[in-house]
Amino acid sequence: MTGLAIEDLLREVMPQVLGALVRRYGQFEGCEDAVQEAGLAASVQWPVEGVPANPRAWLMTVASRRLIDEVRSESARRERESANAAEVPVEVADTDDTLLLLFLCCHPALTAASQTALTLRAVGGLTTAEIARAFLVPEATMAARISRAKQRIRAAGGSFPLPDVSQRLPVVLHVLYLIFNEGYTASSGSSLDRADLAGEAIRLARLVHAQRPADGEVTGLLALMLLTHARRVARTTAGGDLVPLDSQDRTRWDRVLIEEGLELAKGSLGAPELGPYQLQAAIAATHADAATAAETNWRQVYALYLILERIAPNPMVTLNRAVALAEVDGPRAGLELLAGLDADERMAGHHRLLSVRAHLLEKAGDSVAAYEWYRRAAKATASLAERRHLESRANRLRT
Amino acid sequence: MKFLISMHINPAVLEALTEEERTAIGEGHGRFMDGLKERGELITTQALVDPSQAVVVKVRDGQRVVTDGPFLESKEYLGGFYFVDVESKERAIELAAQIPDAAIEGLGIEVRQVMFADGVLEA
Repeated sequence: MTGLAIEDLLREVMPQVLGALVRRYGQFEGCEDAVQEAGLAASVQWPVEGVPANPRAWLMTVASRRLIDEVRSESARRERESANAAEVPVEVADTDDTLLLLFLCCHPALTAASQTALTLRAVGGLTTAEIARAFLVPEATMAARISRAKQRIRAAGGSFPLPDVSQRLPVVLHVLYLIFNEGYTASSGSSLDRADLAGEAIRLARLVHAQRPADGEVTGLLALMLLTHARRVARTTAGGDLVPLDSQDRTRWDRVLIEEGLELAKGSLGAPELGPYQLQAAIAATHADAATAAETNWRQVYALYLILERIAPNPMVTLNRAVALAEVDGPRAGLELLAGLDADERMAGHHRLLSVRAHLLEKAGDSVAAYEWYRRAAKATASLAERRHLESRANRLRT
Repeated sequence: MKFLISMHINPAVLEALTEEERTAIGEGHGRFMDGLKERGELITTQALVDPSQAVVVKVRDGQRVVTDGPFLESKEYLGGFYFVDVESKERAIELAAQIPDAAIEGLGIEVRQVMFADGVLEA
């Protein structure tokens, strides 16, 4: 087995081992350290001595020994014995430990940034250095964030038994969504690292989906990620400029991802309850279904945004509904809907509101006003690629 | 989200401070940095030399023109900055308010989000 294959194997097995250890001993922090050390030992020994017949059992044994040593020395220091720490762990059957681990990493006592970092490390099996690179911060910064997150979990009494699944699962899905978006936003950094983050989010969503295939929102989120990821290559030019959905070369969309995403999106709508991820997946599926932008079923997109707005009211959803409405009933109808958003302080001066207004004014033939709003939107965005795109839209109107 | 929290100083204001006040500012920055580091919010921080040590470089007709002194004819100069990675703009503003300079008349703190980043961040 090559070094790269061993790395992949470790990333797959280490979270399972960690989950099993935490299930048995609690104390997430100590278990995490022990599994990291076992993984390090494996990455040194396996390429030389060969991969053991049961890698999972090997890691379990090494990590448990490490953990017990740690507990013993701690106990000695405190001059008290820890009886159950000396027990040799039994190999647990393949249960949903990964999911348990995810629930723990998405502890509500943590900030979103800590939840994402800890999830990538403990469940994703990424090193602190890799996570730091993906988020464009120094390794020391990320290390502090992760260690603080672990301390917080300990302080909050975070161990098994675990909380109500129906309460914690939405947090887990949100964290995976954030990781995916971080990878999808071309605001900064090298595109390679960011794409990896999106890929990692998809991998984790697959893990959750494998454990809870009947959950509509889990399926919906995975579908949404796949359908969005399928457009990745078509989304930017070779020079790094943004290509909006209606101008993308749809032959460059990844058909394999789209087919899988469409299938999942369809399946998710059969779930007894309807949630925001299912609806967003259905919207993405409607776009994916159209061979050309002109063939988009905008009535369906509009209807889906209307339902989404009802179950999860949010000005950003209203904004997207205005775009769909403009396609169905004309730009003026869309602009009227936008007018209602001006009073919403969450949207005031938001570059998306400004750029959508510019876009609809352009469609309505008011190039003078559209030019102004594109310029304003360009100033308001925090993304360089988007700024360039909006400036070029503005400049096109001037000539 | 990454923000540059920059400190705009006025050398005349700084010179007018008492020794105790200066010590308090220094200690305040120390505590602020420790907190940022512990929470994993600090990317890097740098302080710049006195503005009188600055030089302004221009190229005119292909010729380099170097002038001693700062670029702006103003009372306030960039004194240094904190480069942070935080949850939200609100958090960045909350942090800016903790910087000792924010409480001193004549010194200013500015908060701006980063739009593009490149290069190594091992500060």
